[in-house]
Amino acid sequence: MSENTTANYSLGGQVPTGPKILTSRWESADGHTYDGYVRTGGYTALRKALTTMSPAQVHDEVKASEMQGRGGAGFPAGTKWGFLPADVHPRYLVINGDESEPGTYKDRLLMEKDPHQLIEGIIIACYAFGAAQAFLYVRGEMALAQERLAQALNDAYANNLVGKRICGTDFSVDITLTWGAGAYIVGEETALIESLEGERGMPRLKPPFFPASKGLYMQPTIVNNVETLSNLPYIVNQGGTTFKDLGGATSSGMRIFAVSGHVNKPGVFEVPNGITTFRMLFEAPEYCGGVRVNRKVKAFIPGGASAMWFFDEHLDLPLDKPTVDQAGSMLGSGAIVVMDETTDMVKACWRVVRFFARESCGKCTPCREGTTWLERILHRILTGNGRREDLDLLFEVSESISPGLAWPPRQTTICPLGPSAVSPIASAVNRFRNEFEHYIEHGRAIAGVEYVPMHAGSSHGAHAHV
Amino acid sequence: MSRFNDSNVTLAKEIIGRFPRAKSAVIPLLHLAQEQDGYVTRDAMSHIAELVNVTTSEVYGTATFYEMFKFEPIGKYCVNVCTNIACQLVGGWELLEHAEEKLGIKAGSTTDDGLFTIEDVECIAACTEAPAIQVNYRYRYKVTAENLDQLIDDLRAGRLADEIPPHGTLARVRQNTTEAWANTGIEAQAKVDAG
Ligand SMILES: Cc1cc2nc3c(=O)[nH]c(=O)nc-3n(C[C@H](O)[C@H](O)[C@H](O)COP(=O)(O)O)c2cc1C
Ligand code: SF4
Ligand code: FES
Repeated sequence: MSENTTANYSLGGQVPTGPKILTSRWESADGHTYDGYVRTGGYTALRKALTTMSPAQVHDEVKASEMQGRGGAGFPAGTKWGFLPADVHPRYLVINGDESEPGTYKDRLLMEKDPHQLIEGIIIACYAFGAAQAFLYVRGEMALAQERLAQALNDAYANNLVGKRICGTDFSVDITLTWGAGAYIVGEETALIESLEGERGMPRLKPPFFPASKGLYMQPTIVNNVETLSNLPYIVNQGGTTFKDLGGATSSGMRIFAVSGHVNKPGVFEVPNGITTFRMLFEAPEYCGGVRVNRKVKAFIPGGASAMWFFDEHLDLPLDKPTVDQAGSMLGSGAIVVMDETTDMVKACWRVVRFFARESCGKCTPCREGTTWLERILHRILTGNGRREDLDLLFEVSESISPGLAWPPRQTTICPLGPSAVSPIASAVNRFRNEFEHYIEHGRAIAGVEYVPMHAGSSHGAHAHV
Repeated sequence: MSRFNDSNVTLAKEIIGRFPRAKSAVIPLLHLAQEQDGYVTRDAMSHIAELVNVTTSEVYGTATFYEMFKFEPIGKYCVNVCTNIACQLVGGWELLEHAEEKLGIKAGSTTDDGLFTIEDVECIAACTEAPAIQVNYRYRYKVTAENLDQLIDDLRAGRLADEIPPHGTLARVRQNTTEAWANTGIEAQAKVDAG
């Protein structure tokens, strides 16, 4: 792999910089411990909030920060908290640590490397909207995150930072650590609540089951992402507007993006939100340092497997929610996957679709049946058994899940998982139709892509949760 | 076929005590059962049902939704190779194939000596470290065929026993309930549930 790959690129402007507010302890050997956290300013925001601010004042700072949720939908946290019906108690906070959208890699690091920052954020949120209890739901497969959070919670309890009369005030709240057992769909907030009630993790219909009014145990519930809550200590200490000003006009604060795939230095980067461009992230030496072997970008996924794909004409867009939405995709969970010009688009498309076929919870027919069909059709194309009518069939099945293949999708399903399976098809088949046709004609990839025959045991969406 | 032993019954009750409704503890208790026996037995599910006051079939219904729960013995080391998009792009499938050759089994099966199971898994949130794998949910990053061979040899020789406990054991540090526990949510929900 050649080293000096960035020299010939123009980044289209100065690469913006900003403070590390979420990742400041990631490099430190003891950043995850109670001592390491307190030594670096930890729990000062909690004390400040509890002893000098009213809950409404804390909520006002979060509103002023204009922080968009980092779990995928990008809804402003302060606004979401405002949807809680007044005077209905108990109300709960559920923390979504299920991180399993392909390409997404930041919540696990926040939990492993800075668990106290998250705990501090959780208590601040509970104080701001009066939660009686918080439930920290971690993805089942993340053993180290579970261990680090358990230790951090035990230490926080022992130091009067969680539980009874926190910091000597009248405010009391518990955090219960719990975890899943392997099911992507449980990341969807109503499915998460079902799972937390001890059920199969299938989404609830919205309306009527909007968590803010009918959530956990049918009580008002806020579901927030790990990264969202990890921002709260900074917002309380520095103020909402200071946070806001770190980012662009329509995307505030700093934000973490994971860039994987065909770049020289894949990595997880905290960048000023809304003003850094994709090109900067891919090419700047302080980030990914260019596409491997000086190749060109063929396509990239800007926001997780559910997102529509982007191409070279999108490289100079800023990572700004409204800009990316407008361009027909989403920043989702900050998961960027770069594919260079040698990528087999049929195989890439199939692999993402197989994920959704496997993870469909089976509650609604268009998704359960449709995603399985899509996967089977793509798999037969990939293994040299494609038929001429298959491309039309792919679109026909896609239409039954996501009418009009619109963006944002119109769904015939209970939750957005079904339509997500259509994104890679609408992206790859439309743009690289010749590659699919070549497979159908010749049973293999076009010249110029890295053709590797299919692994024999890799077929079909075998274990849908039905 | 085993129910919880005495110390796990105590632990199970402590876990249940941190939720406003007992059924919420089902998934953590299924993990505890899997930790005790290496997989989830019928008797363990009946025992969980008794502890949280639901039927065994309700526990079974929940358990079968989640991929981490196994209902028959699997390998002592479960090797999960990620083949999702970021890993596929840099050789996830080739790595899986190598693991299959090395162990002489296909993904989804277990070696005759009961030591290894291989699974072809979805994204494990290590995409920038691709290709990534987990052994009993402990990570290995940027794995090559050579590292994989070494890893398997080390596991076989028992050299990683401290770092990687047998399948079933997940977190080795647990949350404790101490006198600092506030119980506010549980009391408030109990009032609502009592009408
Ligand atoms: C299929 C699906 C999977 C999701 N997975 C996650 C996840 O793993 N983590 C997460 O925080 N949000 C996930 N979400 C989004 C949640 O439903 C919810 O919007 C989010 O947790 C809210 O937190 P935020 O407002 O702080 O972003 C998922 C949504 C869908 C439809
Ligand atoms: S769209 Fe798919 S994942 Fe979502 S509820 Fe329906 S079947 Fe389940
Ligand atoms: S795609 Fe393999 S870890 Fe995310």
